[in-house]
Amino acid sequence: MPQNETITGLGLDEYKYGFVTEDKPVFKAVPGLSSDIVRQISRHKEEPEWMLDFRLKALEVYYSKPMPKWGGDLSKLEDTLDEIYFYLKPQDQMERSWDDVPREIKDTFEKLGIPEAERKALAGVGAQYESEMVYHSLKEQWEEQGVIFESIEDGLAKHPQLFRQYFSTVVPTHDNKFAALNSAVWSGGSFVHIPKGVKVEIPLQAYFRVNAERMGQFERTLIICEEGAEAHYIEGCTAPVYSTDSFHSGVIEIVVKKGARFRYTTIQNWSNNMYNLVTQRALVHEEAKMEWLDGNLGSKLTMKYPSCFLVGERAHGEILSIAYAGDGQHQDTGGKVIHAAPNTTSQITSKSISKGLGRSSYRGLCKVYDGAVGAKSNVECDALLLDERSRTDTYPYIEIDENTASIGHEATVSKVGDEQLFYLMSRGLDEAEAMAMIVRGFIEPVAKELPLEYAIELNRLIELEMEGSVG
Amino acid sequence: MSEPLLSIRGLRAKVGGEDGEILRGVDLDLERGEVHALMGPNGSGKSTLAKVIAGHPAYEVTAGEILFEGEDVLELEPDERSRAGIFLAFQYPAEIPGVSIANFLRTAVNARLDEGEEMDVFGFQRTLTEKMEMLKMDPGFAARYVNDGFSGGEKKRNEILQMAVLRPALGVLDETDSGLDIDALKIVARGVNRLSEADEALGVLLITHYKRILNYIEPDTVHVMVAGRIAESGGASLADKLEAEGYDWLQQAAATV
Repeated sequence: MPQNETITGLGLDEYKYGFVTEDKPVFKAVPGLSSDIVRQISRHKEEPEWMLDFRLKALEVYYSKPMPKWGGDLSKLEDTLDEIYFYLKPQDQMERSWDDVPREIKDTFEKLGIPEAERKALAGVGAQYESEMVYHSLKEQWEEQGVIFESIEDGLAKHPQLFRQYFSTVVPTHDNKFAALNSAVWSGGSFVHIPKGVKVEIPLQAYFRVNAERMGQFERTLIICEEGAEAHYIEGCTAPVYSTDSFHSGVIEIVVKKGARFRYTTIQNWSNNMYNLVTQRALVHEEAKMEWLDGNLGSKLTMKYPSCFLVGERAHGEILSIAYAGDGQHQDTGGKVIHAAPNTTSQITSKSISKGLGRSSYRGLCKVYDGAVGAKSNVECDALLLDERSRTDTYPYIEIDENTASIGHEATVSKVGDEQLFYLMSRGLDEAEAMAMIVRGFIEPVAKELPLEYAIELNRLIELEMEGSVG
Repeated sequence: MSEPLLSIRGLRAKVGGEDGEILRGVDLDLERGEVHALMGPNGSGKSTLAKVIAGHPAYEVTAGEILFEGEDVLELEPDERSRAGIFLAFQYPAEIPGVSIANFLRTAVNARLDEGEEMDVFGFQRTLTEKMEMLKMDPGFAARYVNDGFSGGEKKRNEILQMAVLRPALGVLDETDSGLDIDALKIVARGVNRLSEADEALGVLLITHYKRILNYIEPDTVHVMVAGRIAESGGASLADKLEAEGYDWLQQAAATV
């Protein structure tokens, strides 16, 4: 089965520590990684024996795998990994005060017009009671439909059989080094189950749930969308996530059953010291449809390639991504589609913007297995360079074992042209406005797919980035 | 109000970083409410003059001045010139994918207002619809991305639409007639005439290679540019002479200077 193959997919997601506030710290955190730390995590979470075994085996796999040599520069990551806390006791979170949050982060909140209470929650200081209330009221509605939307820890505790049936089946431990690391030390994330035929109208927003519980560093999310069900899950938010941590590595697993439709939207904006390495993958069954909508801003290095494994006939996968690489940032993003059944179709649309010494790379894989008769895939990647120094690369991997497949690939690189700028300026827009308008137009095909408030925030955020005023 | 709307004196310009002047001493006065046609053979510098008036950064002015309403505009950025009232209808308008005409024009209108002020959305929509009707444009046009995939005729009409909405004091129309079939030409010409009627002070500098558009927009003055200078100026009849005799007689005269 293709999903057992090693398809290295890394990306970074938002980090949720996944604790509840009343938890008392039960051990003293030490930096670095060891089997003791893994045992402590598992004990602290009161996990069943099988999960502890799973974690310990994953740790072995993590140690056995070399650091990837492709993608971004990970040469300094080993040092970082020695210093980070793989599990933070709740108290550590509580001790952070608003005064400790850097000025530029506060300024950004100010510019985005985020209410005071919410800013504190986003900065990891203080609970966000309003969003907690919103979450609980929405949760009641979802529960009436039989939808499960819990933290990953509660998912394991309350729905052990369902959890165990699917956990790690989409992204196996040995998939890649960081999937193995996540498997060993995961904490936080969501567990979602949409019952057969249920259509969830209101997007499931991790934002509300997460603010109620704080954020984690090795997020693990498991979503099962049963036959004929439909839902939209939104992860993260466009406000910059302030964290003292410098490494995030998440794993997102999604199962989309026959005839179901699922969309997963992420917009992430990390602080510039962050390594952001996430594996997100969906298993798409017969006549099902999966869409990834992925926005990446900030971070030092992001490696993230949402994937669709099309394993049932006529399954459809779509990946729409946008990345912004500012000075000193490297966004290595893209998508993967694996056609493993007849008449499967896929579309990857990737847009990147690079500014200053920023670098964006599109890295994509389109694989069509022998027997996937009539598979169709189309890849479109467009890069926009804002100045002479910025850089973009395209690494499309196409592996076709089926001669009836039809594959299209189109890549464009454009520089914001002098003629475009002059044209807009000749209508009265100053240079910054003109530049922002060109960029907004460039991301429009992605932005129009976002819920309106996210689209507006994304645009605003990119404008702030372009002013160089985002911390 | 005694000074001309546009007064160009001894203007010399070249492409930045290159030798060889394209404009070699242009003199031109255009009063408020006047329509001037600027004709001339290919490569004579007509389009360069249009771009230099609008402030294109690729060109370097080496001598002379451009006074607009008595103020020297050479130190102004293109956006400042635009907000001051200069409008250039481009010969080859740039494409801005993902930005709708409505959004673009609203932003341009708002750029003319004081900081913090914004045009009423409904008022803007009314103005836009009205101007589009005048130019016989489909209402769906406003939602299309600026010049993205437009035909030549659509691009030119879009330029005049922008001029109609932005209401400049001076419109420089750079070969707005080229690439238009006769029906489109009539629509565009009628649009320009309507703008002149609505604003009696509107000055128009109509750059064209052919006399054709002058059958629909009557110029007060016709200038002929040859080798970077205004070689001849006259009334509307000058255009007839050019059509009958071509530019050779002027080119020969210029060569002997």
